[in-house]
Amino acid sequence: MTLLRHTSADQDVQREALTVNPAKTCQPIGAMYAALGLHRCLPHSHGSQGCCAYHRSTLSRHYKEPAMAGTSSFTEGSSVFGGQANLLAAIENIFTVYDPDVIAVHTTCLSETIGDDVPQIVEAAIDKGLLPEGKMVIHANTPSYVGSHTTGFATMTKAMVDYIAQSSGAEKIRDQVNLIPGWVEPADMSELKRLVKLMGLDPVTFPDTSGVLDSPQTGIHEMFPAGGATVDSIRSAGDSCHTIALGPICSGPAAKALFAKCQVPQTTLPLPIGLKATDQFIMKLREINGGFVPDEIMTERGRLLDLMTDMHQYFYGKTAALWGDPDQLVSLAELLITLDMIPKFVVTGTPGKKFFKRMGDVLGDHAQACKVDQGSCADMFQLHQWIKSDPDKVDLLIGNTYGKYIARDEDIPLIRHGFPILDRIGHQHFATVGYRGTTRILEQILDAFLDRQDRDAPESGFELVM
Amino acid sequence: MSEHSPFDDDSEVAVTSESLRDDLLDAYPKKTRRKREKQVVVNHKQADESGLVSLPVIGANTRTIPGVITQRGCSYAGCKGVILGPTRDIVNITHGPIGCGFYSWLTRRNQTLAPTDEHDNFMPYCFSTDMQDENIIFGGEKKLAKAIEEAYELFKPKAIAVFSTCPVGLIGDDVHQVAAEMKEKLGINVFGFSCEGYKGVSQSAGHHIANNQIFKHVVGEDDTKRGKWSINLLGEYNIGGDAFLIEDLLQRCGIDLVATFSGNSTYDQFANSHMAQLNCVMCHRSINYVADMMEKKYGPPWIKVNFIGAKATAKSLRKIAEYFDDQELTEKVEAVISEEYPAVFEAQKTYKPRCEGKRAMLFVGGSRAHHYQELFAELGMKTIAAGYEFAHRDDYEGRDVLPDIKVDADSRNIEELHVDADPDHYRGDDRAKAIERERAGYKFKEYDGLMADMPERALVIDDINHHESEELIRRMKPDIFCAGIKEKYAVQKMGVPCKQLHSYDYGGPYAGFQGAINFYKEIDRMVNAKVWSMIQPPWSDQADQNAPSSSSIRREG
Repeated sequence: MTLLRHTSADQDVQREALTVNPAKTCQPIGAMYAALGLHRCLPHSHGSQGCCAYHRSTLSRHYKEPAMAGTSSFTEGSSVFGGQANLLAAIENIFTVYDPDVIAVHTTCLSETIGDDVPQIVEAAIDKGLLPEGKMVIHANTPSYVGSHTTGFATMTKAMVDYIAQSSGAEKIRDQVNLIPGWVEPADMSELKRLVKLMGLDPVTFPDTSGVLDSPQTGIHEMFPAGGATVDSIRSAGDSCHTIALGPICSGPAAKALFAKCQVPQTTLPLPIGLKATDQFIMKLREINGGFVPDEIMTERGRLLDLMTDMHQYFYGKTAALWGDPDQLVSLAELLITLDMIPKFVVTGTPGKKFFKRMGDVLGDHAQACKVDQGSCADMFQLHQWIKSDPDKVDLLIGNTYGKYIARDEDIPLIRHGFPILDRIGHQHFATVGYRGTTRILEQILDAFLDRQDRDAPESGFELVM
Repeated sequence: MSEHSPFDDDSEVAVTSESLRDDLLDAYPKKTRRKREKQVVVNHKQADESGLVSLPVIGANTRTIPGVITQRGCSYAGCKGVILGPTRDIVNITHGPIGCGFYSWLTRRNQTLAPTDEHDNFMPYCFSTDMQDENIIFGGEKKLAKAIEEAYELFKPKAIAVFSTCPVGLIGDDVHQVAAEMKEKLGINVFGFSCEGYKGVSQSAGHHIANNQIFKHVVGEDDTKRGKWSINLLGEYNIGGDAFLIEDLLQRCGIDLVATFSGNSTYDQFANSHMAQLNCVMCHRSINYVADMMEKKYGPPWIKVNFIGAKATAKSLRKIAEYFDDQELTEKVEAVISEEYPAVFEAQKTYKPRCEGKRAMLFVGGSRAHHYQELFAELGMKTIAAGYEFAHRDDYEGRDVLPDIKVDADSRNIEELHVDADPDHYRGDDRAKAIERERAGYKFKEYDGLMADMPERALVIDDINHHESEELIRRMKPDIFCAGIKEKYAVQKMGVPCKQLHSYDYGGPYAGFQGAINFYKEIDRMVNAKVWSMIQPPWSDQADQNAPSSSSIRREG
């Protein structure tokens, strides 16, 4: 029996309206995730309560952590007359009961469509004295019918710049760099900070979900865990000497806004997943720190190279299908290319034409042989049709948990990467960025290939040494 | 009935329900407090001279207060996620931006089993119109019609259902008109649901909208006659395979299960369901009105059943047998109960001593917070506080309060179907049989609600929020807390295991006899897991006694 039995290799039906098994989700969840990376901040969903419930559930299932957030709980009346009364009530209740330093409001398709003006409502809240001294409300417009979850992440990250970052007017601080890590796991954010520190620089990282969505079990539930970027640190981002934005979609807008607002020069780089992208990241840091790379990083790079040379025979010529977020896919595709693997099929639901160019750049000579698609009907159903209609089955799937149905039906190993991963742990604790993180991805790929070889080996060819 | 509060006997500090209630409410601004006061109730039962017990009045099915961190979801979640989610062979298209469809994609653990590969199973698929901003500006009806056509071309289903999300209602897309046109064009059943997330105050509104449309568009389409003891099971959603166990029990008893609404269900089962002789309602909240409508239109009466807990299962099977009043059926039912019970007793012998006296809190669903107290009771565990996420007053206080419930604006916006007896299909024989059974003392349409079964002076809290549950846990330290995924990890961070009772936490099935045993094992594992005793490091209670303090270490260093 096959679970996706209705997916045929036959691609006769041209779809333009129906999305089947999407390779993206909506903006507000990205805004919620980003806001959780702000210390003592309660994300707030301005719309009907189902959105907030769905986003909190999905984040909790992925991170195995509480994802606290408020909602304006619109009913029919608020949808007709506007959500001002609801947001005012929410602001009063949240500051009274939960006492955050910041409420980060994001809109939903409902409040966007009726045209609620969040800044105006926040003004009204200030006038009514609902904002306690020293507290703040920031906001991001995140209509679900534009972009995807990555757009929402980018918009809330930019809101942190718009509302909080300041330039004190003094000279920029020479050793302080802004690190906008993009939509990565808490462990990735920790790893990125570690690398910046090893390079002798002081990172101002935002958002920073490390310490928030990987918090320890202590017997006490902290409504606001110890991690996250503080308001003070983000405020000082305007005085940093440089901004490094990782992933143009998730981090680019905030970096540009910070340049416009505080004249902090910025560089947008691919997410440092894989050897080349990590090299680029380190090169940039090296440019800022005056030109040195510590031995520890040299060693980490060397270990990764060692693994690549030692195990090259298992990677060479193997093919893969990938789906997920554009920033992630570009770096993953490049990683596979550097291993002499071949990315064959790539889809992302996130719209944005630049994706084709970025993929083309990393695929190089392989671009012709790789099918790439993005947008609404670039979904996992299409990906599955491509896989099925290909006479040479791909060797590997890389993507989120939903790929397990394709993996089972087609008997292709799956490496879980991206968002959401609902059925495995590890992703939140073990980084996949930097040289060490890349080493972990290679370990996962090798495990998949070697397990498969063991499983399929005839008795005579079942070998101890591989 | 105990005179004491469930807290008095075994808590270290004397906490009364009343004082705890005050503490929960003290955190709120005045206006919020006024609203919450009605929904946080001490279960003080008063008996009059004739022994008639009256229950306190609870506020329920009222608006969620903005900004309190609620457990609730929305109407769409109740309609598409809960009710239509478990149907296997209907293509369910979410009309809206991508999120709603995405989040309701396989996340409720509704299992299904198609007999062969030739049978349809669309549950692993997520269908959406993925509305973009131009669809919001210029309207999404054309895209929806196209999407239905594409879905038909690709999947050739028996039926296609369309679910409206928030912006669809706002921009005024007429999904019902589009559905009617496509039904005409494609020659299959196509119908829509106006289940926009802002409708009503919780998932409950969505259940109602879903059930109404299924009743209107599908039930009654197929008049094939059924076996001699035929029933529908209403309000069972096959989470973790519950329905499979119940199906097996019914089959062994020789009872003809026509349709389950909607666990492991198919379109054809719904279409034929009006031919059943008796409706058995599991989740009173989500579906009692379907039972009422079916009785009015077609004649079969309904009873409340509960297949959660071994005792409840046996009782429910016997109640079904009693209705049909047939020697052969009664014997079969007794035989099945006798076959199943030894293993249950055996398991109780093992697990009860390990769990007895432990205390549970249940804040979940619209019936589960009631049903699962039976299972805890079978382990000798006491439920010291409970409440529903999306119930109405009758689920707490029993059906007797139905005439007293005021219909507010939010409920008025949910369509009420007016049903009359169907001249061609109304089965007077079922009705006559029911009247006869009723005269003999058999009780139909009976449900006393959660409070009647809760301990005296336990806390009953409707639509509990994060502040209240955290305070309850901190003060009362229950041995287990039952809620959903949003609450799970916050509860566990407090050192208390949290059992998800919506999705069963990757476990189950828990229905029927075998399910009860599964639950005993699971709860034993959870309340007796070693990990909860290891959270504090071994050095935490020896700080600063013999060892040099950290500051002196620093000095010495």
